[in-house]
Parts: sequence; structure tokens; C-alpha cells
Amino acid sequence: MAKKSIKVRAKEKGGVVTVKALMNHPMETGLRKNKKTGKMFPAHFINEVTATIGGANAIHAYWSGGISKNPYLAFDAPGKKGDELTLSWTDNQGNSESATTKVK
Amino acid sequence: MNTDMKRRVFLKGSLAAGTVGVAVSAGLLAPQAVMAAWPKAEFEAKKMGDLGAASGDINVKAPDIAENGAVVPVTVSHSMNADSVAIYASANGTPLVAQFMGPGAQSEVSTRIKMGKTGDVIAVVKSGGKMHHAKKSVKVTIGGCGG
Amino acid sequence: MKMTKYALAAVVAFSASSVAIADGHGNKKATDTSPAEDLAAYRAYFEKRHPDDGAGGKPDFSNGVYSILADARSQWENTEEFPPYEDMVAKGEEMWNTPFKNGKSYADCFGGDPAQRKNYPMWDDKRKMVVTMELAVNECREANGEKPLKYKKGDMTRLTAYMAYESRGQKVNVQIPNDDALAAYNNGKELYFGRRGQLNFSCASCHVQSSGTRVRGDTLSMGLGHGTGWPVYRQKWGDLGTLHRRLGGCMKQMRAKPFKAQGEELRNMEYFLTHMSNGMEFNGPSSRK
Repeated sequence: MAKKSIKVRAKEKGGVVTVKALMNHPMETGLRKNKKTGKMFPAHFINEVTATIGGANAIHAYWSGGISKNPYLAFDAPGKKGDELTLSWTDNQGNSESATTKVK
Repeated sequence: MNTDMKRRVFLKGSLAAGTVGVAVSAGLLAPQAVMAAWPKAEFEAKKMGDLGAASGDINVKAPDIAENGAVVPVTVSHSMNADSVAIYASANGTPLVAQFMGPGAQSEVSTRIKMGKTGDVIAVVKSGGKMHHAKKSVKVTIGGCGG
Repeated sequence: MKMTKYALAAVVAFSASSVAIADGHGNKKATDTSPAEDLAAYRAYFEKRHPDDGAGGKPDFSNGVYSILADARSQWENTEEFPPYEDMVAKGEEMWNTPFKNGKSYADCFGGDPAQRKNYPMWDDKRKMVVTMELAVNECREANGEKPLKYKKGDMTRLTAYMAYESRGQKVNVQIPNDDALAAYNNGKELYFGRRGQLNFSCASCHVQSSGTRVRGDTLSMGLGHGTGWPVYRQKWGDLGTLHRRLGGCMKQMRAKPFKAQGEELRNMEYFLTHMSNGMEFNGPSSRK
């Protein structure tokens, strides 16, 4: 079974959408040693996250490797039921993922 | 705060972040350009940037004792008109962990951060060009049975 | 009421004099109190010892140490927003729905219902032994020409996580139907209160006598409710594990040689321990530090 790399939920109440998301990512700082090889694990972390609700900017974030492995993000932003929420990340190695869900 | 730190912040940190923040919210930059705009100097700085004054309008929710230093849940809420919200872990080698901008940074934002050792989680809200902060001390311990 | 008092004294005395139990020369023996007396005493002991959930409420002992530590509980609740075992439950469901090579499936062994938690551990009077859910899973596999799964981690925990998930909310109701079953229960009880290993600890030394106190950065969990939440996702493991995996870990920590997973000792201990959670709800799979 393919692992969904982003899990996201969005619920509206009184014009405010609460978004909760979990992203699959190793979030390597570049400062951790591989005990087997003695070499450092190369830095590999999500450094930017953006989300839109109904096409409008909902949040924009810059991150370091100091965010925990499999990052969690929750925030409140304006929107309404049925709006499309899109959450995307980009990491320092140029990979990116994105997920879309309907606001409930 | 010593002068060296001030200079670092002024030259690299705040200035760069300010410019990018504006450009992005105005929708002027293509995604690639935004990525390149990741504020490297601020994130790689070994010291914290300008924290401004302590503010009662900001609340940092974090545990008293972290269950696991690699996964410390943090929630920042505030009642200011924020340009950006930054989260620092004071005792980390590179203390800046995250910056949030946009409508989602206006009321409450939560994430989970790594803390190498006991220290403060500091939230810095930039509002009207000024920095304001609040902090919460978090103990990071070494486990016995569970850890 | 008088009986409860006596039984409580017995449980506490039990842990204090467990060396005596192990060698059979003590004042208190496993056979001194009935399972019903043990259950009442055990529950009363923990309810008295931990009256507060850390936030002014009553503890829900099925949530381990989080039932008494508000600060840790809120971190755990945050983790449970996106449970770390979610994908593993989905994998288990896939296993449940995938037929064996002979065309049959787990559903044929378990009456079509994955919500089996309430039935285990159970006393099998024909074989005179305790049957756990993990054992039943492997017996099902072997009866259908499949290789057994490992008992501590891996696919077994995926399948049992799914079965436990489907069983959430069922009440623990371990039955001890006859004297043979009682002997297995008493054996489990002796093992639980008996000291062993280089540190001369029993399970009860930490989880009855010292529950709620600190071991370096950790707080010792309460023995009450230890039977409800399996399998468990531990951050330390970064994975799911079975009760027998955890019991083995505890034994290593007391510097004793761990009993074999699904061997008679641990099955009997599971029988005793789960009985001590009778009346509580199964809430596995769970997540812990």
C-alpha cells in the first residue's frame, strides 16, 4: 500500500477553518551521525510549506531541520465548507509534495 | 545582547526575511524563486535574532517536561496583527526552527519541534515592524524505562 | 467489604514478601486470594494511590501513565491526532482481507469477525492452556498451511492492531472457569509478584509498589490497565510491539532473562494481568513514549 505522504484534515466553524496536517519526511538536520558508516546523514528537511484555501493564501512557512520528523502543522485560516484546501511542501533537496482536501 | 549578535541579525537575518515576506504575500514570486528565498542566514545563525519586548498578547503552549525531546508539541497563539511568527528553541545549536506568515499565522499555529536539551521555546511575533515575544521553559530529560 | 480489605492487604503484602512467594516459604501464597478478591484489591489499591488525573479529574487507568500526568497526557493527545499506528492498522486490515493460498482467510478462523479482543486471553480446557490472540492467529495460519508470524513485532502486530482497533470499546472480561484455569492464573500471579534478575525486582516492585514515582526522566505506570491497549506503538521502538515484547523488555531492565514470547510463563502472566483489567475497555492499539 502506498503511504500517503501528506495527511490533511480541514474543518470549518464560524468562518474559521482549522487545518491539521501530518507530512511524511525524515527531517534530517545534517548534524546526525550514521553510527554504521561514521558519516553524517546529509541534511534533508522540508524548508517551505504553503497552503491555500479556496485559492487564497492560507499560510506560508519556512522551516529548519529543527522541526520533528514527520512534521505536524495545525493552523486556523478563513474559509468555508466545501472550499478546496491545498497543502504543499518543498524540501532542501528540491523534492516537493502536495495534497488537496475539501473543507468539512 | 552583544554587538556581534546585533550585527548578524541586522545584516543577514531580519532584513532578508522582511523583503521575502512582502514579496510572497504580494504574489510577486514564482515558486522556485520563493524556495531560493528560504532565509538561510537566519536559519543557520547560532544565536537568536531580535526578540523585541515580552508581550502578554502572545501565548506559547509547550510541555513542562518533554516526553521526547525529538517531538515537542508547540502551539503559539496571539492577538496581534502579525506579519510573521517565528519559533525558536533557545538551547538548540541553530535556534530558529520555523517562521510562519499569512492568514494562518494570525491566531494560532501548532507544530512539533526538536529540542536538543532543556531550554526555552520562544515565539516572536513581528507586528507593525516591531518584534514581540513570549517564552515557555521546557525540560528535556533522559529516559529511564520508557525512553 | 471485609473481604476486600483482607485481599488488599494480601496484594500489598504479596509484593512486599514476593521472595517468599517465589520460594514457596512465605506467609502469603498466590492461592490465598481468589481472582475476584485480587481484582477488587488491585483496583482499590490503585484508585486510592492515584485519585487524581493531574487536572482535577479521575484517572482513566486504561491510558497508562498518561492517566495521571496531565502534561504528558496533552503531548500524547497531540500525537494521537494523527495516530502513528494508523497505517499499520490499514496494513492489518489488508492482511485480514487477503486470502491464504488455500483460499481461506482469517475470517474463517474467527467467525468472520475481526473484533476478537474480548475473547482473549482465554482458557482452552481441552489443551489445558491459556490461548492468547496472537497464538490463535498463528494457529489459524498453520491450520491453513501458512507459516507462523513472529510474536513480538512485524506483521503480527499489524494484524492484531487491526483486530484490536475493531474491538475498541469492548469490555475486558477474562474468565477463569475451573481449577486448571485457576492454576494458570495463580502461576501468572506468582510470576508477576515474584522477584527475579540481578536487580531482584518483580513486576510489582515498579508497577504496584512504586507506580507514579520517577525512574530518571520517566514515571512508572500503574499495573491497573496494563492489559487493555495492545499492541502498542512506542516512540522508542518507532514501531508496534506486542505485550510479550514489552514484558520481555521489562525483564531485561530488571536484568533477568526474558521469558519466551508466547511461552507458558508469559501466556499465564497475560492471563493474570488482563484479568486485572476486567471491566475496563480494550483501547488498543495505543501509543506510548
